[in-house]
Amino acid sequence: MKGQRLGWAPYALLLPSLAFLAVFFAAPMVQAFGLAFQNDAGNWSLESWRTMFADAQFREALVTTLVLIVILIPVQFVLAMAMALVINARLKWSGFWLYIYAIPLGISELAAGIIWFVIFTQQGWLNSILQGLGILDRPYIFLNYQNPAWLIFAVVLAEAWRATSIIMIILVAGLQGIPRDFFEAADVFGATSWQKVRRVILPMLRPSVQVALILRTILAFQAFAVVIALAGGGLTVLSSEAYRWYSDYRNSHVAAAYAGFILMLSVVSTVLFLWLLPVREEQQG
Amino acid sequence: MAEIRLQGITKIFDKKVRAVDEVDLTIADQEFMVLLGPSGCGKTTLMRMIAGLEYPEYGRVSIGNRDVTDLPPRRRDISMVFQSYAVFPHLTVFDNVAFGLRMKNVTKAEIKRRVEGAAELVQLGPYLERYPAQLSGGQRQRVAVARAIVMEPAVLLMDEPLSNLDALLRLNFRAELKRLVGELKTTTIYVTHDQVEAMSLGDRIAVMREGRIVQCGTPMEIYDRPATQFVGSFIGSPPMNFLRGRIERSNGHVQVGLGDQTLTAPSTLAGRSAGEVLVGIRAENIEAEAAPAAGAIAARTEVVEPLGSHLLVTAAVGDQRLKIQARTDFPAQPDAPLWLRPEPDKLRWFDPESGQELDAR
Ligand SMILES: Nc1ncnc2c1ncn2[C@@H]1O[C@H](COP(=O)(O)OP(=O)(O)OP(=O)(O)O)[C@@H](O)[C@H]1O
Ligand SMILES: [Mg+2]
Repeated sequence: MKGQRLGWAPYALLLPSLAFLAVFFAAPMVQAFGLAFQNDAGNWSLESWRTMFADAQFREALVTTLVLIVILIPVQFVLAMAMALVINARLKWSGFWLYIYAIPLGISELAAGIIWFVIFTQQGWLNSILQGLGILDRPYIFLNYQNPAWLIFAVVLAEAWRATSIIMIILVAGLQGIPRDFFEAADVFGATSWQKVRRVILPMLRPSVQVALILRTILAFQAFAVVIALAGGGLTVLSSEAYRWYSDYRNSHVAAAYAGFILMLSVVSTVLFLWLLPVREEQQG
Repeated sequence: MAEIRLQGITKIFDKKVRAVDEVDLTIADQEFMVLLGPSGCGKTTLMRMIAGLEYPEYGRVSIGNRDVTDLPPRRRDISMVFQSYAVFPHLTVFDNVAFGLRMKNVTKAEIKRRVEGAAELVQLGPYLERYPAQLSGGQRQRVAVARAIVMEPAVLLMDEPLSNLDALLRLNFRAELKRLVGELKTTTIYVTHDQVEAMSLGDRIAVMREGRIVQCGTPMEIYDRPATQFVGSFIGSPPMNFLRGRIERSNGHVQVGLGDQTLTAPSTLAGRSAGEVLVGIRAENIEAEAAPAAGAIAARTEVVEPLGSHLLVTAAVGDQRLKIQARTDFPAQPDAPLWLRPEPDKLRWFDPESGQELDAR
């Protein structure tokens, strides 16, 4: 095929997906930015941004979002790496574990939130079990407005349960692309398991690690359904603020400003990861 | 002192494939042992069990009087050159060679000294700061060798280290490797399916077939006295000629009949009840004559291949074919008759059923 003229065929093949992206992603995004930089009268202004930054809830939403990310990403990453290594060790049943690990991937965000809500609520499984074991004599209210630490903990737990496997899948795919000889060379040349992970596996897995981190961080900035399901109004994150401004205050301009702000944070974190974990051509196999 | 002793080593894959089957082998301290055999005969598997990368179903491995069967690779005092090199792409040449030393917490100054020494030995000095992707195949191969020898291991394992190089590079590197390993004085096991490599490098060669060692000896022993028909036809280029003959007795002498001609056979063959026997003879141990001569076998020339240093003649005796190495001035013509005189003490006798050499000395 090389050197042969392909004519219009590749463009025709790209056209449907380009059209889809243009209509459903690019156009709404431009529109949203338009909204964010206009006031109610339809004039260009920074008013909605000022409203957003001045909003009493803004700081709280930003801090909660960042706290979630700072706790979630490392926890999920370590878990996902461990799971991926188990799968890649090709022990007996590793195919079975892969399916078990992947189950949460098939569950929607809201459903996942509700599952964990059912566990943590006043009459939930956790309380029933603790009471059954005689550890508690009356239900403990975990999901309590007065107890944001518990709320954050529950959200972290639910999110980790729900979205660790997506990181794992990316890491497994990356691991399977590394010939086993490299791991064996590490064994022969005296690396312990931990040294093998740190000196050989992680560096060779860098492209996958980078993709997984970027993807997971972007998704974490958008966390919404799990937070709503578990914490209701007790915990607010950036995307729930966008939703609140849109549905409660009917102010699509400020809501769009929140959305734009989330997008900018995503871009910044992506650039940060690209810069912190550069994938250099000459270091790839 | 690192003598390697393998006792009854067996590896079974998937509950049925006996990749290595009850191998007993003792490799002396500082010996260069070559494992030679056709593809799939279990060479790599045997080496991996010595390295600890594969666990034998039966048998014990000991290195230097220490039973290492249950030890992981890093506690066996071995190092290995992988067939695929397995040079880490994310590390520079220096860091690759230093990898094993770092794992052993050797001091920085010592690492620098030893890595530079090893790089010098394999002529990689100017490339220490490069990444493997910036090296040629041959240079990467040297990195793999340097990474192994810098450890000064008790045992050096090499799995077809030259197989990914082109013919000329392979020839050069073979000689370099021989010099290098000679200086190192470590016990070495070298896997190859290239018999020329095996002959040129090994102190001893263990010829393997279907998971078993069929013969183990010095290159000359193996070449000269193959223990089976398989070894004779696997070693040497061209392989040993085998002719099927019938044991005959006439007035007290034992002869082997080839069609309507006969070959004098040692009297020890008389012990065998009359029957068939395989005669083995190497191409260079047959004298070709253009005219009939006493005791020579009549044959017919089929193909003549001039190879520069000699002619390789394919001849037919009755309906059996054999190859003869003749001087370049031999007047060979396709379809012309010629007469063959095998050197009597170079004739080898094999059982046609089992392929085992018959003791005719
Ligand atoms: N991991 C494995 N699982 C199942 N069978 C295996 C495995 N490794 C090797 N075998 C089988 O064991 C036999 C010996 O393989 P091995 O790799 O030792 O051969 P080899 O002599 O090194 O061949 P080559 O010269 O082609 O490298 C082969 O039949 C191979 O198919
Ligand atoms: Mg092999």
